[in-house]
Amino acid sequence: MLFDFANVLVFTVLGAAFVGVNLLIGKFLRPSNPQIRKLSTYECGEPSSGSAWINFNVRFYIVALIFIIFEVEIAFIFPVATTFRRWIENGQGGFAFIEILLFVGILFLGLVYAWAKGDLEWIKKVKA
Amino acid sequence: MKPLLNSLPETIFTTKVDALLNWGRASSQWYMLFGLACCAIELMQTGGPRADLDRFGCVPRATPRQSDLMIVAGTLTYKMAKRTRLLYDQMPDPKYVISMGSCSNCGGLFQLAYSVCKGVDKIVPVDVYVPGCPPRPEALTEGLLRIQEKMMRERWLVRPAASAAEPVGA
Amino acid sequence: MEAKEIYARLERRFPGKVSGFRGEVSDPCLQVDGAAIVEVCRYLRDDPELDFHVLSDVTGLDLPKDNKLQVVYHLYSYSKRHQIVLKVDLPRETAHVSTVEGVWKAANWLEREVFDLFGVVFDGHSDLRRILLPEDWVGHPLRKDYVEQEEYDGISTQRAPLVEKLLR
Repeated sequence: MLFDFANVLVFTVLGAAFVGVNLLIGKFLRPSNPQIRKLSTYECGEPSSGSAWINFNVRFYIVALIFIIFEVEIAFIFPVATTFRRWIENGQGGFAFIEILLFVGILFLGLVYAWAKGDLEWIKKVKA
Repeated sequence: MKPLLNSLPETIFTTKVDALLNWGRASSQWYMLFGLACCAIELMQTGGPRADLDRFGCVPRATPRQSDLMIVAGTLTYKMAKRTRLLYDQMPDPKYVISMGSCSNCGGLFQLAYSVCKGVDKIVPVDVYVPGCPPRPEALTEGLLRIQEKMMRERWLVRPAASAAEPVGA
Repeated sequence: MEAKEIYARLERRFPGKVSGFRGEVSDPCLQVDGAAIVEVCRYLRDDPELDFHVLSDVTGLDLPKDNKLQVVYHLYSYSKRHQIVLKVDLPRETAHVSTVEGVWKAANWLEREVFDLFGVVFDGHSDLRRILLPEDWVGHPLRKDYVEQEEYDGISTQRAPLVEKLLR
């Protein structure tokens, strides 16, 4: 049974090898001329000052978080979609349907909460 | 694991690989947006739809790290000269410089001024000078094609002869 | 309000400190004593009928024949739609004048520019340093006796010979 996955192994090895060989060829063929000024940090032509670890806006985190949650939800719905026909043949179509509806519904409640709180807007309006 | 540059004898293999590398580089010159003054407007228009630079594979990059061509467009002042040199130094090899317009060629209209550097070639080595005030997009495109020709003439893999007139891969 | 009237008011308020009114030029101007410039400016801004709330520009002039530097203030009023130009004469060696930064905030950068290019020191300025030229520049270029440096930062300032002939 494991031999079914031989395709995947071949694909992985070829993919990694392709990238690796190309990078290796590049290493031999490109000029290498490291200099101190070339390796210095870029700051629009000025010598760099201060640390690059600055605070960034928390909106990016919120957007990424909401995306991840619903992306994982989609990932969970895919296997349901592929096996749904089998469940209908076994006579449990209704049960499966209700279950997946419950799953989507709970996450939908989460979406409504985020929506109502204004987290879907880029600029969140805070009631002063 | 040192690079193969300047170490191989000249054979059909090396010239073909050279040609391939040069063709790849010449067809994708990513230029750094270095518009300083009025020539920058013409630079922007050369990258615009009418006189398209993208058809040559040239895309504008804002950072020197991702560019291999620096188009100095506009008047260079002494205050800016230091920063220009640092930005040129921060570009990875192989790098080329186009001096666009009279001001960066020789100081141009402002040669009598106290604060203007009389030509960007006092700061960075220039490959192609494009005259004009400002040069038309067609003129800048011509300059780019000259740089392409220059790139195609480069020899990277071949061991330089003892009395090489021109530095290889410079 | 006519410029002549503005001058008349100033003469009444600051007798002896203002002089030299020239009304026939396109920008009527008047001379102000260097020591009194701040109070004159404050009066011009605060008086309700003059209301010069905008300092358009501060520039300078170098007059080597009279051996003086002149600082020129351009004032404008949007509400009353009139303008006036004040000129302050300063000796070339020690060109000091009080800053009008307390009267108009715009004077901060405008006076920095005059300092940078003429070398006029503004007493009481919060941040008097070069604004246009690099920090380590030597000399004040718009003075008539300015001599260019041989090189700056390792870059030679030599021009092509044909251009050198054009230099005065």
